[in-house]
Amino acid sequence: MDSFLWVVRIGAIVLLIWGVAGTVVQGLSGQGPTGEAWRDLVVAGIAQGAMYGLIALGYSMVYGVLGFINFAHGEVFMSGGMVGFFVANYLWEVGLWETNFVLAILLVLLSSILTSTLVAVIVERIAYRPLRASPRLIPLITSIGISFFLQYTFAGLFGVAVKNYPPPPESLRSRISLLGLEIEGSKLLVIVVAVATMVGLYLFVEKTRTGRSIRAVAEDKEIAALMGIDVNRTIVATFAVGGAMAGVAGTLWALLFRGVSFITGFLPGIKAFTAAVLGGIGNLPGAMAGGVLLGLFEGVGPQLVLAGFGIPGVSQLKDVVAFTALVLVLIFKPTGLFGERLSAEDRA
Amino acid sequence: MHRIGLVSLCLFLVAVGCGEDQPQPGSGDPPSATSAVDSVEADRAASEVSEFVPGPLGAVEVAPGQEIQIRSLNTITGVTAFAGIPNQRGVELAIADYGPIAGRTVSLGTPLDDFCSSDGGQAAAQTVVADSTVVGVIGTTCSSSAAAAMPLISAAGMVMISPSNASPWLTSDMAGNVGSAYLPGYYRTCYNGLVQGRAVAAFVSDYLGFDRAATIHDGDAFTQGLAQSFADAFEELGGVLTAVAAVNKGDTDMIGVLTGVEPGSPQVVFLPIFMPEAGFIAQQIGGVSGLERVTLVGAAPLLVDNFMELPDSEGVFLSGPDLRYGSNRNSITGASASDFLAAYEAAYGEAPSTGFWAHAYDATIMLLRAIDRVLIEVDGTLYIDRQALREELHRTSFDGITGSITCDEYGDCGAQRIAVVEHTDSRDVEAGKNNVVFEYAP
Repeated sequence: MDSFLWVVRIGAIVLLIWGVAGTVVQGLSGQGPTGEAWRDLVVAGIAQGAMYGLIALGYSMVYGVLGFINFAHGEVFMSGGMVGFFVANYLWEVGLWETNFVLAILLVLLSSILTSTLVAVIVERIAYRPLRASPRLIPLITSIGISFFLQYTFAGLFGVAVKNYPPPPESLRSRISLLGLEIEGSKLLVIVVAVATMVGLYLFVEKTRTGRSIRAVAEDKEIAALMGIDVNRTIVATFAVGGAMAGVAGTLWALLFRGVSFITGFLPGIKAFTAAVLGGIGNLPGAMAGGVLLGLFEGVGPQLVLAGFGIPGVSQLKDVVAFTALVLVLIFKPTGLFGERLSAEDRA
Repeated sequence: MHRIGLVSLCLFLVAVGCGEDQPQPGSGDPPSATSAVDSVEADRAASEVSEFVPGPLGAVEVAPGQEIQIRSLNTITGVTAFAGIPNQRGVELAIADYGPIAGRTVSLGTPLDDFCSSDGGQAAAQTVVADSTVVGVIGTTCSSSAAAAMPLISAAGMVMISPSNASPWLTSDMAGNVGSAYLPGYYRTCYNGLVQGRAVAAFVSDYLGFDRAATIHDGDAFTQGLAQSFADAFEELGGVLTAVAAVNKGDTDMIGVLTGVEPGSPQVVFLPIFMPEAGFIAQQIGGVSGLERVTLVGAAPLLVDNFMELPDSEGVFLSGPDLRYGSNRNSITGASASDFLAAYEAAYGEAPSTGFWAHAYDATIMLLRAIDRVLIEVDGTLYIDRQALREELHRTSFDGITGSITCDEYGDCGAQRIAVVEHTDSRDVEAGKNNVVFEYAP
């Protein structure tokens, strides 16, 4: 078995080098993307990956505490983006979006965070808490059901058409010079906000009393309860924090892509779950790094590797690249890049 | 017994062959719906025989008191529902305008959804063919759905008339060569995508004066076929195709695909794709180095409110059916475009969101008229011969709201008129739809 895995690993490395070499040859002959195009791909990949990272935090936190994958988390993200649209649209109609964009986007962010947090907490209370003593497969299947329920609830309430956010101000659509690189303003803002939020969450989990409770419950619920920690309240806090992260991601999504619909949460949700596994499920820094790396793989990978094989329409294969990257990482490091964080029960 | 059958068949063929009393195109005042139906009543009187013998594809039997069943198969849910709902409503209004056939009401049953996808079209077709009382289908909205649905529909002996499939693969290349997905029983009132491809190529080359173009499709039969027909026509006109790229349905991040298009330095990008993907391209193309000033040209799927309301859609050129129907009237019902739109608003409280409503109306009248012409009544039971229905549809010739409806041997029946509009103001979508800057007819 080990020898087979080594063959796969060596084969993957050879193919990777072959693809990259092919792309380099194309570039030297003037056929590939320009330097500016590579820059755009990298920046777009990091921006999208930062968003995946924010959503992945919710997957990882819930997995750390309850040991199951909450597949409805993508819809928690979508709900924030959807409600944010209505707030943004109202602010556009009353003129605040154009006259004071900073205040407007803060209001949108707040509404998105509140909505996602509320949805996450309600889902935990109604759907997951009654199943806490059940085998893990039960809440897993329930989460898939909740995912569809939320999708079609939003479709029924707000319609199936894509809701388009108002355009951001010209300053965000134009390029800003940073360390000699011309970067689109909205992407830079997304990266900055995402990184700040991730750092904030890290400090919250590491330095605050609630954060310590979350870590204690993730380690061992029974011992945590014996130590006086209210496990139910801590689990609610975990869902709330994960929901808030998804709410931030909902607003960043709007800044990047400006369109949101009832199925917006599906694919980013799957990608964020992939990012959480890539970084090491249950590991918060791992989820953040996994998200950014996945975004980069997805953004740059098709052009960097597949184009080198002469495959046409490589950008259509970005999802393949993303999931192949996951498989390859797990072949080389089965616990993810930063290692899994399992509870005492799971380790046993 | 055998002899009586032969006599019945002869009477039937004579009755069908003698049906020359339909209103002539452009013959002055439009006939009233009643008079149009009356003329068919006269045909039917001749088809009342004592026994009916079905043709090779079988027949639909409509017992006394039963309704005639047809189906609408359009995209009515999901993010592309805006494209199919006006089609379905066009079908409903046409049935209401046409009225009963031989005293029987026409039923649509439960509207079916093609989901604008192959699997959606196939699943819906399975539902249709499971019901042997269904005579025919108006749909699909999307070509990819039709390509998957037609093998089932055709094998069941049924007919399908699409108001909005444009893929050349579904009919022919209009030069006598059958399309790869053509199957007997398929018809459409929409134009053939080859004509649209040529129209856009001529527009880019002659009107815009550009000679470097790229295309972006989404891999389905319609978008790929249209991108290909544009590419062929553009290269014939001396243009250079710099890239053929593709997106996935459901994609939101378009930076990758646009970056792949940029190295060829195209002056124009032709997007025969749908919303929301086209919206994301329009929003993101300004952020890709080298494509900030490129001109976008869309196709009929983007002649819709939810694309044209986007501020980023300003400056985009859109090709599609020439919606300037003017005083055209459907010669069977007498309805004009303005009559239809008034009825539409009255019934549904809004204007149609896409441009194929009139094609759906004409397609439905085409089917009802053909049913009316081929049905045979025996002792109060109506028989609709499936083979005869196909033959009658091939003989179709009448004036529709969209123009002359006349079918060729592969089912292309619609008026082949394309217009290109320039969209300049996202706050005034109607003005954009009517701002025709280029028109084309083969």
